[in-house]
Amino acid sequence: MIPLEYYLSLSAVLFATGVIGVLTRRNAIIVFMSIELMLNAVNLSLVAFSQYLGSTTGQVLVFFVMAVAAAESAIGLAIIIALFRNKQTLNIDELNLLKW
Amino acid sequence: MDLLTPHLLSIGPLLTLVAVALLVLLLESIITKSEPVSFWTSVAGLLVSIGIAVPGIAVHGSAFGGMLRTGGSANYFSIIFFICALLTIVFSRDYLKKRDSVFGEFYLLILFATVGMVLMAAAADLIIVFLGIELMSICLYVLAGFIRGSVLSNESSLKYFLLGAFATGFLLYGIALLYGSTGSTSITFLTEHFETYASSRLFLAGIGLLIVGLAFKIGAVPFHMWVPDVYQGAPTPVSGFMATGAKAAAFSIIIGLFAQRFVHGVQIGTLLAILAAASMILGNVVAIAQTNVKRMLAYSSIAHAGYMLTGLAAGNAYGRDGILFYLLAYAFMNLGAFGLISFMEQEGEKHLTFDDYAGLGTTKPFLAVLMSVFMFSLAGIPPFAGFFGKYYIFVGAVQADMTWLAIVGVLMSVVSVFYYLRLVMVMYFQDTLIGQTASYSASSAAFVVLAALILLGLGVFPSSLLAIITTLY
Repeated sequence: MIPLEYYLSLSAVLFATGVIGVLTRRNAIIVFMSIELMLNAVNLSLVAFSQYLGSTTGQVLVFFVMAVAAAESAIGLAIIIALFRNKQTLNIDELNLLKW
Repeated sequence: MDLLTPHLLSIGPLLTLVAVALLVLLLESIITKSEPVSFWTSVAGLLVSIGIAVPGIAVHGSAFGGMLRTGGSANYFSIIFFICALLTIVFSRDYLKKRDSVFGEFYLLILFATVGMVLMAAAADLIIVFLGIELMSICLYVLAGFIRGSVLSNESSLKYFLLGAFATGFLLYGIALLYGSTGSTSITFLTEHFETYASSRLFLAGIGLLIVGLAFKIGAVPFHMWVPDVYQGAPTPVSGFMATGAKAAAFSIIIGLFAQRFVHGVQIGTLLAILAAASMILGNVVAIAQTNVKRMLAYSSIAHAGYMLTGLAAGNAYGRDGILFYLLAYAFMNLGAFGLISFMEQEGEKHLTFDDYAGLGTTKPFLAVLMSVFMFSLAGIPPFAGFFGKYYIFVGAVQADMTWLAIVGVLMSVVSVFYYLRLVMVMYFQDTLIGQTASYSASSAAFVVLAALILLGLGVFPSSLLAIITTLY
């Protein structure tokens, strides 16, 4: 059987990839995809823990996370479209109207 | 009586609000020109929910197999959220008319965001915490971008969405690690067994990530970058709602997690103290440099998150009760201030700088007096409620041997007087440069006056509210 540490390491690497993506990429959609990667990295941890502990709580939480992530994508893409209609760009460096 | 009924009865305020929200959703889809109907249904529903929540404060219990806490603090926080939602809905109607965006969906989103907040305050399990936060945040992302034609509103919404979802990732990872290290997601279990797991690195990493996620939501330094941009670009009443309701909701979770037992772990107390000091210093100092009133209030809300974290870092009953008192007072003073700004604001985010308020004391004495009340209260000058909130929090810090933190807090309050009173000074001692117009309905004006009177009442008789607060936990 694959030990728990392998799953947790993979999950941590995926999560870190997501964080780096959010911090370095400039396209709003890529940033959003990186955030989704972070959430799915967490899901992997949850399922691994759930299996290891022999409890179903983690798997139930994964379903909640997937449902919420779907709702969040719907809202997020709608916001991105609303912005694109007014501004014709998705580069978050060009979103600079608000600053002091 | 069957098994379910007592559980349903004990979450009466939440159920009422959900029913009202669903009713408004239905009305929106079947009636044409449904906006006035939705407005009055929402207002009436919130008033009824407050009425149902008040008697429940004296009861303490839990429902649904320990997933929700009922009565006590959950009801106290619910009342704060209902008041925030009520004031926001009333103020936003005038505001949306000005911006040609009067849609009933606005009230619906406010109601569902409030449902999320109530879930957060009632959460006794990390799964409910996650669901509550997301329900609230998703509604707020949309509300921030509600003025669809405005690029500022779009930009604010996208920034809030990306950073909010980013923070959720950290929060969720924290929940996963806590679950993995303890085998439970129950907050009661976690607080009771904190010492047992305090040596586990996985557990501490989980607590750390949870703090990062929640610090994002309350806008504490160093996770505050989104606050000024989002508050400035969002519709003004929504900014007020985010600064008061959403912040109070995030604090309700932090208090539930840390104010009971967790803070006894010395490292977490110190960590919170550092966050508090950094928020107070950065928020107040940067607020001085602002020329836009909304942005000034955004930085001031970072500073206020710092004051409240001070009470939490103190880790004693005095600090905790201080936060609870302050959150209610803050809801009235900040929503009142944002409400007045929304009266003054004109088409296309105009009339929002300090200069636009010049001479308001002579042209619009009614608004100027009310604005001064809110500014004095935010600055923490007696006899307004803001003073007593800060007083209890700083006393808590001194009692917990964190005198340095209390000194930082008092010094920064003095700094804050500078920019709050600058607005008062501009209103009374400068001549009007341009014609000022303010548009507001009688009901909005009545609610602003009521908020100011309550602030005065709480400031003169703070012990009556404090007597209730001490019984909450």
